[in-house]
Amino acid sequence: MIEIRGLQKYFGALHVLKGIDLDVEKGEVLSVIGASGSGKSTLLYCINGLEEIQGGQVEVDGQNVHAKGADLNKLRQKLGMVFQQWNSFPHLTVQENVALAPRIVRGLDRKAADEIAERQLAHVGLGDKLRVYPGALSGGQQQRLAIARALAMEPDYMLFDEATSALDPELVGEVLETMRMLAEEGMTMICVTHEMGFARDVSDRVAFFHQGVMEEIGPPSQIFGEAQSPHTRGFLANVR
Amino acid sequence: MSQPISFFSGFQPSDLLFLAEAAWRTLLISGLAISIGTFFGIIFGWLLYEGRIWASLTLAPVLDIFRSVPLIIQLVLFYNFAPILGLNLDPFASGVVILAIYTAALVANVARGGIEAVGQPMRRAARSLGMSYWQDLRYVALPIGGRAVFPAWVGVALGVMKDSALVSVLGYVELLKASQILITRTQEPFLILSIAGAFYFALSYPISRYAARLEQRWAHA
Repeated sequence: MIEIRGLQKYFGALHVLKGIDLDVEKGEVLSVIGASGSGKSTLLYCINGLEEIQGGQVEVDGQNVHAKGADLNKLRQKLGMVFQQWNSFPHLTVQENVALAPRIVRGLDRKAADEIAERQLAHVGLGDKLRVYPGALSGGQQQRLAIARALAMEPDYMLFDEATSALDPELVGEVLETMRMLAEEGMTMICVTHEMGFARDVSDRVAFFHQGVMEEIGPPSQIFGEAQSPHTRGFLANVR
Repeated sequence: MSQPISFFSGFQPSDLLFLAEAAWRTLLISGLAISIGTFFGIIFGWLLYEGRIWASLTLAPVLDIFRSVPLIIQLVLFYNFAPILGLNLDPFASGVVILAIYTAALVANVARGGIEAVGQPMRRAARSLGMSYWQDLRYVALPIGGRAVFPAWVGVALGVMKDSALVSVLGYVELLKASQILITRTQEPFLILSIAGAFYFALSYPISRYAARLEQRWAHA
């Protein structure tokens, strides 16, 4: 379980997150929506310790992420992350992209790591691309590669940071389909997204962020049907 | 019976062997200097990239000096002043030291550019998988950055190999010095310099061809 209490984040003088309280249960799918610059991506970076925080605390399975001496490398193995830019390692084949971290971080031998890579790549529908380099893949395929790469660490949570925002429109569907599949398999997911259809259909809860504050959180029916906050209603009216 | 004594004698086949040996010495001194210089250059480049305050205050200006002062001046100064510091280096060792520092100064900036080219998002992706700082550097940042700046590094390496001719001022008989010796004896500068040039070309061309092949293989088009 992920527990966030009073999270404060500044970039210099810019107050990005203004006291966020949020719990994410095992097995839950949470979508985070809101305008650009509302702090939703930063929230993800604070959860896996890629950004330091200036106040409050984040606990993952009871472990304080920002405590002095916290083993972030170990913790991040639990928290798979997929970025807006897929960041495939261009010098490695598709299979090596996925097998690298299991081999060097988890210490598996080459054969075991290759097998995990094969399995995860087949899972996201890239089983026929093992020997190809990422440069030869489409954006959608590279994003699915990024998902397989994160899954290869066998994480308990998956963080998606606008995973489809940089994709050409016709490639969005295949990535959303993969994310939907993960959700159905019971993966705990926090998805920062601009895909309202996905947020409505797949998530258990939707959180709306506005200027560094979590304005509203609730089941999709509430957020999309009877939003309490005028900011939420205004945002949704604009994206539709 | 005996040959008439002359100060000059024409170019002989054995002179070709003499030049070939000298070319080998050029290869040796530049190969050594480039290897050592590249090794330290990458470390310096990493220090500059990390931007520790002392690195930008001490390392950067020192590297700038070695990049800016003409190599021939560095060689003569070092060769003549090193003994005062108790270092008795022969021309070969002096040449290796100065060429290696010179290479390191050039490679440092190439290496820093390479790490910069990888970019923060890629580094974060690696870290998000649980890689440590060093694993990210070793398996992600350096391989990707290295490929990005490889052509620039080849340029430095070929440049240093040609610049190794300057070590001739210390009396080390590499290709240029050997050519000067032969020119003095044969009085055939055009022929000798053409042959020496051909040797330099023969040393450089395989390197640039091999580099081009590597780049092609990395292109993954």
